[in-house]
Amino acid sequence: MAKVSFDVNGETHQLELDTRTTLLDALREHLHLTGTKKGSDHGQCGACTVIVDGRRINSCLTLAVMHEGDEITTIEGLGTPDGMHPMQAAFVKHDGYQCGYCTPGQICSAVAVVDEVRAGIPSHVTADLTAPLRLTNAELRERMSGNICRCGAYSNIADAIGEVAGRSA
Amino acid sequence: MKSFSYERATSPAAAAAAGARDANTRFIAGGTNLLDLMKLEIETPTHLVDVNGLALDRIEETPEGGLRIGALVRNTDLAADARVRRDYGVLSRALLAGASGQLRNKATTAGNILQRTRCPYFYDTNLPCNKRKPGSGCAAIGGFSRQHAVIGASEACIATHPSDMAVAMRALDATVETVRPDGATRSIPIAELHRLPGDSPEIETTLASGELITAVTLPKPVGGTQAYRKVRDRASYAFALVSVAAIVQRDGTGSVALGGVAHKPWRVEAADAELPRGAKAVTARLFADAKPTKDNAFKLPLAERTLAAVLREARG
Repeated sequence: MAKVSFDVNGETHQLELDTRTTLLDALREHLHLTGTKKGSDHGQCGACTVIVDGRRINSCLTLAVMHEGDEITTIEGLGTPDGMHPMQAAFVKHDGYQCGYCTPGQICSAVAVVDEVRAGIPSHVTADLTAPLRLTNAELRERMSGNICRCGAYSNIADAIGEVAGRSA
Repeated sequence: MKSFSYERATSPAAAAAAGARDANTRFIAGGTNLLDLMKLEIETPTHLVDVNGLALDRIEETPEGGLRIGALVRNTDLAADARVRRDYGVLSRALLAGASGQLRNKATTAGNILQRTRCPYFYDTNLPCNKRKPGSGCAAIGGFSRQHAVIGASEACIATHPSDMAVAMRALDATVETVRPDGATRSIPIAELHRLPGDSPEIETTLASGELITAVTLPKPVGGTQAYRKVRDRASYAFALVSVAAIVQRDGTGSVALGGVAHKPWRVEAADAELPRGAKAVTARLFADAKPTKDNAFKLPLAERTLAAVLREARG
């Protein structure tokens, strides 16, 4: 067992956990924030994506005890049914899901992608590493490749993110 | 996952000393590879030393005009660094070709270098694997070997090294800096860090027990056209079948390293000398001793054509 303290959605939590507990399991099983989903549990699907200190990560591939003092945002912290985050509203508007299981991870990832582009972080499909970035559909798709949607809602997901990001064609 | 004790290291030397205390101790930084393997009980450490608190997350210019990349610099930050994008484009490109955005945000420079093979037989604990269980045999030999090594393999192991980043670092003549359990430091050319499998594929590097990578140093920029071309089964988020890291100067000279073909980033300096004569001449040297299986013989023409495409692009 080990003690750890971190903030989740603006609230500080002190936990005593088996060292084996992943951040994903701490969120779901100990804090009962079940919006974050377990899919592959091996970093292959992105369903567990959360935002830690402003960056998206796979919460299944990190230990809770490694997050002392960190600020974690889950889907529950982005918005509520009555006060949705613009990315959540865009997913609803564009029908960016079918079964919905991957959706919390998709939305957390998408929110971080918009920030990454604003920060000028390049991607595999960025043509010129030294020129200003343009958020094309190809850029969005490449950047979202760590989030799998088995229902295949990809084109609608890309439309939703594109609208929020103010995509250039 | 097997249970383990956990500590946060306070200095690189203290981490190395803790790492050497017991053979079942592992360092953890990003954790994206280690935790995957621990869940499958392929890695079963009894003690983890968390090195994330060590101040090894900076990219600094060296007195020689190169860059010193801290071991904990995340893959995202290294790829996005303005100096890397300008002067070491092949490295930025290789990093961006690997994994997903989420994984690159966690994965570190040292962890990427030390990541373990994605051989499916290494991952399948029901089957023999000399790397996972020394002496048990190799299920990949005679199995489905489409993804496996075409050169430098042995009777014991035909696994490949999965890193993209390390292939670019090999083309750039990077040096790996370490600290040992007694506090002594040393520098290892990246060419000498990874081992070929031989009869002990479970020993993957020349690092000693507890030895901790603290940084990777790049020599001063060599200019030229730099490219990383990765061929894979999906357009994104997949390991390489073949990848080519190339630095090509205006006079046609340069350096080439390949990924996806061997147990380590594959570079043959004598093959670099053939660059002005084109891809066929280079790959003839690179693969002079190749022993592909029937499943992966396609990698030889694929590597030649991928290099040809890179060279054509470099010439403009």
